[in-house]
Amino acid sequence: MKFTEEHEWLRVEGDLVVVGITEHASEALGDVVFVELPEIETQVAKGDEICVIESVKAASDILAPVDGEIVEVNEALADTPGLVNEDPLGEAWFFKMKVEDMSQLDAFMDEDEYKDFIG
Amino acid sequence: MADLMRTGLYDLHLELGAKMVPFAGYEMPVQYPMGVLKEHLHTRAAAGLFDVSHMGQVILPITAVAALEALVPVDIAGLGLNRQRYAMFTNEAGGILDDLMVANRGDHLFVVVNAACKGADIAHLRAHIEGVTEVTDRALLALQGPAAEAALARLVPGVAAMRFMDVGTFGWQGADLWISRSGYTGEDGFEISVPDAVAVAFARALLDQPEVAPIGLGARDSLRLEAGLCLYGHDIDTTTTPVEAGLTWAIQKRRRAEGGFPGAERILRELTEGPVRLRMGLRPEGRAPMREGVEIFAEATGGAPIGRVTSGGFGPSIEAPMAMAYLPAGLALGTTVYGEVRGKRLPATIVAMPFQPTTYKR
Repeated sequence: MKFTEEHEWLRVEGDLVVVGITEHASEALGDVVFVELPEIETQVAKGDEICVIESVKAASDILAPVDGEIVEVNEALADTPGLVNEDPLGEAWFFKMKVEDMSQLDAFMDEDEYKDFIG
Repeated sequence: MADLMRTGLYDLHLELGAKMVPFAGYEMPVQYPMGVLKEHLHTRAAAGLFDVSHMGQVILPITAVAALEALVPVDIAGLGLNRQRYAMFTNEAGGILDDLMVANRGDHLFVVVNAACKGADIAHLRAHIEGVTEVTDRALLALQGPAAEAALARLVPGVAAMRFMDVGTFGWQGADLWISRSGYTGEDGFEISVPDAVAVAFARALLDQPEVAPIGLGARDSLRLEAGLCLYGHDIDTTTTPVEAGLTWAIQKRRRAEGGFPGAERILRELTEGPVRLRMGLRPEGRAPMREGVEIFAEATGGAPIGRVTSGGFGPSIEAPMAMAYLPAGLALGTTVYGEVRGKRLPATIVAMPFQPTTYKR
């Protein structure tokens, strides 16, 4: 699993990258009450704001971590946004991307580096 | 947070694992480990303890009734012994300087004002009234929720007989507690002014009750919003009149007939003719909250904004988003309007408030 400085995690499944937010991020956000997911079959570029998470406190964006195509979104989050707090690293994945160039992931942190990053 | 003030319960908040944030010049608990959502639901299901010691507590001589009436459109002379009333300081334009609680405690009036306004409020009071005393040696706690009476009555048996908006003095371990049956959550509950010397011990005694959990400012805001209660500086301010804010219930008959308060000309005219705009409740469709600042439109496309959200968020008890906005007064309940969220116009229905039924013990 890889981690971004925006507190997303990325897990490779074949030629897909599964994206979610870290436990640290979900704790900082507080109780999540609404998730707006991207549309599937959209091409996104690294840094695009593609998801919105609303917690009891505020709205935050999820950025596309790499270039690619959104091929699947986790519809369960629309009805049960609280999953983001309950199981951020598992059931509460946000979307899957088809990524041509997997070397884009090389620059991201591994788990130990991420732990150092969040201190 | 070096320049921030702390309440007497600061160390207790830390011990309870609170996340502290700056609020109105104080370092205050925004949430405890339970989290905003569960704290909110706990308050509606059992009882929540809030530290509201940052609010201003002020004593006025009982002879100041007429002088206070000159500052508020509220009937203070008709306030019975050991009773409390909601009021607001108005300005000459009819705008609201702050909202407050006034209690008739027999030999004096006890006033509670918002933390963010207390300096200005006390200066305002002193400019018009002799003998204004700020109370600086007492904490203020709120115990709210359906189990508040049972929990508090174990420590202070007399409170069970109080009704909504009653006030009284009760003893606890030799200290005088000034208690009112009121609050800011829509639930039955109490606000308790307690001497600093015993404030922590009293808070601990309440937290020892099985129903009671500590609740932060985050849940305080979602609870008051579900209850349809205004937050000063957001839903009411110097640009809104009490009539526009839907607070006409707080202006008693005698004051409507006699006037004699700042802004009376405009406020009495709006009472007769109706205001141009009115604070209304909105229930957005779906789950996306419409937060403060979201512009409201009459149509799904085009046109100019007809209003703006003054408070908005997600209601944990109603399990849906909710908002307040000032909208043209003619709009009927049930009308669909549109809030622009991240560039998209999302439908919302105008509804009556409160969003969550209140449970005051009348």
